[in-house]
Amino acid sequence: MKPYGVEIDREGLRGTGWRDYALRFILGGVVTASAGVIAKIYGPVIGGLFLAFPAIFPASATLIEKHEIKKKAKASFDGTIRGIKAASIDATGAAIGTIGLALFAAIVWKLLGHYSAWAVLTAAILVWLFSSVAGWLVMKRI
Amino acid sequence: MAETVLRFILGGAIVTAFAAMGDMLKPKSFAGLFGAAPSVAIATLGLTLRMKGPAYCAIEGRSMIGGAIAFFVYACLVSTFMGRRRMRALHATLLAMPAWGLVVTLIWFLGYRS
Repeated sequence: MKPYGVEIDREGLRGTGWRDYALRFILGGVVTASAGVIAKIYGPVIGGLFLAFPAIFPASATLIEKHEIKKKAKASFDGTIRGIKAASIDATGAAIGTIGLALFAAIVWKLLGHYSAWAVLTAAILVWLFSSVAGWLVMKRI
Repeated sequence: MAETVLRFILGGAIVTAFAAMGDMLKPKSFAGLFGAAPSVAIATLGLTLRMKGPAYCAIEGRSMIGGAIAFFVYACLVSTFMGRRRMRALHATLLAMPAWGLVVTLIWFLGYRS
């Protein structure tokens, strides 16, 4: 079943090694810890800006490019351009996702303190997910 | 120190989880949505809520909107560098990073300084 053309990427899963996950773990951890330190030193206004730092993105884009190049190399082709194109498409997806990210932030800003914190965070995550998917569907039609 | 280590572990785990979700899906434009997942925010806000309370986190949420706008500009630039200029992913993502910083600084100056 492929709702709106979305499906599980088995090759993507197989092609991601433990080193790739370890790199993302370290990068993600460093950015999160740094965001906490920045907020501690400069306060929540500046600290909050870093909650939307593109932490995952560079590692993910590089990994996508690497997978495509590897795939083509197995068939003795140069997959560099294909890899760059795939990573570029991924970047477009991320741009759409930032709209959901802004909505997540707006929900946190407006509702935290008025309702249960965990309910607000859950609602914010769901809003990010649904608005990002909606944005992607709109982009598909354009 | 313990708080920073906890942030590192939680942040690393949540970022990795969202990245893995993106790896599992295609097309790549859909998987890219997970590149802008609020992973750092979830890890940070979860801990900050316990330590500083919801009012502090609400202020961070407000600022995060500015960060998200900068991320949008960053992602568009990266897509352009790679799509039009055929730049490699590592170069494009690193070259565009100062743009995130510049936009965030401008937004802070115009909207959050007071």
